[in-house]
Amino acid sequence: MTMIFGVPLAVLSGQLLIGFINGAFYALLSLGLAIIFGLLKIINFAHGAMYMLGALLTVVMFNTLGVNYWVALFMAPLLVGVFGVLIEYFLLRRIAGQDHIYSLLLTFGVALIIQGVLTNIYGVSGLRYAMPDMFKGGIKLDFMFLPYYRAWVIVVALLVCFGTWFMIEKTKLGAYLRAGTEDSQLMQGFGINVPLLVSLTYGFGVALAAFAGVLAAPIYSVTPGMGANTLIVVFAVVVIGGMGSIGGAIITGIMMGVIEGLTKTFYPPASSAVIFLVMVVVLMFRPSGLFGKEA
Amino acid sequence: MSQSFNPADVRKAIIDQQKAQDRRKMLLNGVLLLLLLAAPFAMYPVFLMKILCFALFAVAFNLLFGFTGLLSFGHAAFLATGGYTTGYLLSNYSGLTTEVGIIAGTLVATALGLAFALLSIRRQGIYFAMVTLALAQLVYFFFVQSEFTGGEDGMHGIPRGHLFGLIDLSKNLNMYYFVLAVFIGCYLLVQRIVSSPYGQVLKAIKQNEPRAVSLGYNVDRYKVLAFVISAALAGLAGSMKSVVFQLASLNDAHWHMSGEVILMTLVGGMGTLLGPVVGATFVVNIEYQLSQGPLRDWVNPILGGIFVLTVLAFRSGIVGEIQKFLRKNLG
Repeated sequence: MTMIFGVPLAVLSGQLLIGFINGAFYALLSLGLAIIFGLLKIINFAHGAMYMLGALLTVVMFNTLGVNYWVALFMAPLLVGVFGVLIEYFLLRRIAGQDHIYSLLLTFGVALIIQGVLTNIYGVSGLRYAMPDMFKGGIKLDFMFLPYYRAWVIVVALLVCFGTWFMIEKTKLGAYLRAGTEDSQLMQGFGINVPLLVSLTYGFGVALAAFAGVLAAPIYSVTPGMGANTLIVVFAVVVIGGMGSIGGAIITGIMMGVIEGLTKTFYPPASSAVIFLVMVVVLMFRPSGLFGKEA
Repeated sequence: MSQSFNPADVRKAIIDQQKAQDRRKMLLNGVLLLLLLAAPFAMYPVFLMKILCFALFAVAFNLLFGFTGLLSFGHAAFLATGGYTTGYLLSNYSGLTTEVGIIAGTLVATALGLAFALLSIRRQGIYFAMVTLALAQLVYFFFVQSEFTGGEDGMHGIPRGHLFGLIDLSKNLNMYYFVLAVFIGCYLLVQRIVSSPYGQVLKAIKQNEPRAVSLGYNVDRYKVLAFVISAALAGLAGSMKSVVFQLASLNDAHWHMSGEVILMTLVGGMGTLLGPVVGATFVVNIEYQLSQGPLRDWVNPILGGIFVLTVLAFRSGIVGEIQKFLRKNLG
């Protein structure tokens, strides 16, 4: 068997694949955070809870209504997106004029509520979600086994990331968003309905998180607490990449996932900490982040 | 109004008002002190000590959040570091007296605070919250994987020992008065800091940082110092907590704890001296009451609800709202 630095190639490539998939999730989540941050200037502490909602909805809709994976892939982000719009409309908007710290704390409180209530209903142990039939099995490559589902996750996550990037950088709606990031008052003056745009932006950001949640349901253990820990890692990813650019968020997310996978292969005890260590190093040498423009 | 405005009279009136206010404050503080001294005879001392430890934790946090305007989402790291260090030393070196263990715990937390501060101070506002949260998570992973902490089980049976080798702290009443003395000392220290010229600069930074910079203040140094003091006091709170409960656990290091101290400060009234104390008392009581009743599984969502309500409707917190009310009605 081929060995690389004393590690079998199959193990290495397997971990790299897992790392790449984790990276795709980090990318989707930090992308949503970056979009929300752009217009609302807040960090959405409820983002992890929204990701969890996406996954949990997928499982619950399947168990109670028999909703299949493909419908869930569409429905869960939609429902969570609507939920996000409601949160923005009824809660965040009321304190929009205050210090941004308050909005951040508000989303933190919302996350506690969502997570706490669902923990009471579904417990702390993981819910199972059966892999859709068509994804069972995989391709046997020379050096590794590639499960269909994991290949699908990578492809679709990258597509969604690219689509979002395209929408923001190249379309008219994206131009509004970018203009709102620069100066929302001026844009309001041009007759654009900024409050509506803000609601939709928040809804879209959390829908992205929920979409990541649906993708995660068949491969990760679905628990009400699954979002909280992931979110902290994503925060570190955001600090590393800086929120200056959408593309930067995507690249950093995938890069960090791969680094995590590599660490798991060569020095497993550090794998849960490595992203935070990278963050420390980046803060020391490039405080504004790899792609960041502002401190 | 046909009164003449003699400047001397006005000054005298202001001074009189100030004096009356000071007298009222002195009276209030005296009453509070008496209540605190008598409290262990009316209530369970360990519960009171829990409140005092969390109150100190919140006072420490408030120095940074309420007075300097920096939202740290990682203060659990200092609480836990103080607790684990003290617990480890007292458990493994029986020759140490309790206060040495507590001082050592505080010092280690202080050093960690300096490291956090130097790293996080480079980012502002919202990034600052994220950086501190991520750094605290790193500390959490360290504690989870280290053997000396006992991992998920926590560190049990930490001896309370003798204060200065003389006073037996295993007696709850002795322990209580020790904790109370430390708490009052720290409270007065923070009061002193806040009203000092240094504290005024901190407030200036909170209100308008670019302006403070343009006035020639080295803002980063002021912020780092505030962070370090805050971390030290939080570490002290953790050290005392581990001695009181003879236990140090991962709960103290979890991000949830960092959230809780924010809630305590916010509910009590950020940027007021008494606010965090009131907030800590409120939150600890609510948690205790809920855990006794049929709602015991609903503690977290209820805390989340209080969070949301406070942010939406009572941003000045309990003490802040009372102050507003008094100002309006008593002039």
